[in-house]
Amino acid sequence: MNETRISVENVTFTYDEAPEPALRGVNTAVRTGEFLAVLGHNGSGKSTLAKLLNALYVPQEGRVVVCGMDTADENNLWQIRQQAGMIFQNPDNQIVATVVREDVAFGLENMGVPTAEMPGRIESALSAVRMNAFAEAAPHMLSGGQKQRVAIAGILAMEPTVIIADEATAMLDPSGRAEVLDTVRRLNREKGITVVWITHFMEEAAQADRIVVVSGGEIVLAGTPREVFPQVERMRELHLDVPHMTDLAQELRRGGMPLPADVLTVEEMAEEVCKLLCPSK
Amino acid sequence: MMKNMTMGQFYPVDSFVHRLDPRMKLILTVVMIVAVFMVQGLLGYALVLGFVYLASKKASIPFKMLLGGLRPLRFILILTFVINLFFNSGTNVLVKLGFITLTMEGVSTAVHYTLRLAFLVLGTSLLTLTTSPVSLADAIELLFSPLRRFHFPAHELAMMMTIALRFIPTLLEEADKIMKAQMARGADFESGNLIARARAMVPLLVPLFVSAFRRAGDLAMAMESRCYRGGENRTRLRVLKITKNDYLAAAAVCALVLLIAAEGLIL
Repeated sequence: MNETRISVENVTFTYDEAPEPALRGVNTAVRTGEFLAVLGHNGSGKSTLAKLLNALYVPQEGRVVVCGMDTADENNLWQIRQQAGMIFQNPDNQIVATVVREDVAFGLENMGVPTAEMPGRIESALSAVRMNAFAEAAPHMLSGGQKQRVAIAGILAMEPTVIIADEATAMLDPSGRAEVLDTVRRLNREKGITVVWITHFMEEAAQADRIVVVSGGEIVLAGTPREVFPQVERMRELHLDVPHMTDLAQELRRGGMPLPADVLTVEEMAEEVCKLLCPSK
Repeated sequence: MMKNMTMGQFYPVDSFVHRLDPRMKLILTVVMIVAVFMVQGLLGYALVLGFVYLASKKASIPFKMLLGGLRPLRFILILTFVINLFFNSGTNVLVKLGFITLTMEGVSTAVHYTLRLAFLVLGTSLLTLTTSPVSLADAIELLFSPLRRFHFPAHELAMMMTIALRFIPTLLEEADKIMKAQMARGADFESGNLIARARAMVPLLVPLFVSAFRRAGDLAMAMESRCYRGGENRTRLRVLKITKNDYLAAAAVCALVLLIAAEGLIL
């Protein structure tokens, strides 16, 4: 489980004609089976980081190694993209075909998978995201969350070991967000797919195994949610929020209630408050 | 209305003609249209009309609906007829009324051209009514793929068609949204003359184009990340197969061509 799936070594990346690098000297690693959240506000470089992991961009300095393959090597390109599937922000702009199952087949067609193998792989990918009932539907008739699940199925059919989600929930309504995050978390748990979840929603990051906070093109904080979020002041400095319950716990502690600093969810908060109110139990 | 946009004028029922291989349908349509241009006399057109009627029966398409496809073109058809009727330099004068001269040749070409045009429309309607746009794109890609050797972008053409079809409803929805947003801010799309209306479209079209380009950029990246690298070494989910029915349809069209040729020999 502790084997490194993706490693980012001293990476600096500058966009064409940009005066400042979008990422500078970034070092991080993702372990196999891990759910890593990358947090950061707009323009922090988190999206650039995502695109480096899929060899859509190649760093000018340093190197990115995905599943043992260097992204700078052109020969690895297609294998890296098959291994590390990517979901993007806008659900409309990543579906190619006019029918759901044909869109799921798109990656398979590109990889040159024999036609006879396709229906089985499409079927199992669609059932993994619970979209079988929509196999023959037209994409524009689906909700945002459903479209994102189709996009995930399109990647799953390619049998990847990593899923990179570049703000995949940013354009969805709350129920769509939960739908997509739950799907990816289940795939992480049940199929052991490594996840890199790029987001600016704290509540989503709180569900990750580990968080990396990006600001100004650098990694400024890293650790488990319980290590990162209690640093409320530091997060504020970075113009980032913390989960509401962590914030509340901080306020209550300031008011004299002996609560732990690493409360993340409503359930945990309820439990801690109960413990305080009836210590006998 | 918008829901049906991707379908074009495709008439989605299950029929003998619908199930035919789109490649065969495309070829047969072209053959039929060429045959129509070979027709010498009215008997030939009657044959073609009979064939089109039978085909529409086999396609479970109401014949009236097929003929309805001619309605939008009625002015062009009438114009073709009238122009050919009066502006022909034939010598076989039938009637002479002042500066208007009606010649035998004029009548003949007018009838020929109008009927040819009408059958051209009927033939292609028959194709598009029975073939979904996606199958048509498939057919075009496969039929033209031998030309790839001469750098003809068959795969790219078909991919463009598919993506266009995929994005028509998305862009329509967006146009609707932008239009409402502009109307909420006082834009007026409905009054004024033609020029004023065309000008009113500018605040609609500019954001629509900007967004279309952004979508194109996003889509290109998403396609690349899913290993898209053009038509090389690509396999297909949908495989087209020529069946017995396709040969039957081909035989029917061949029979039509032979009958038209025979008609030409008799006359």
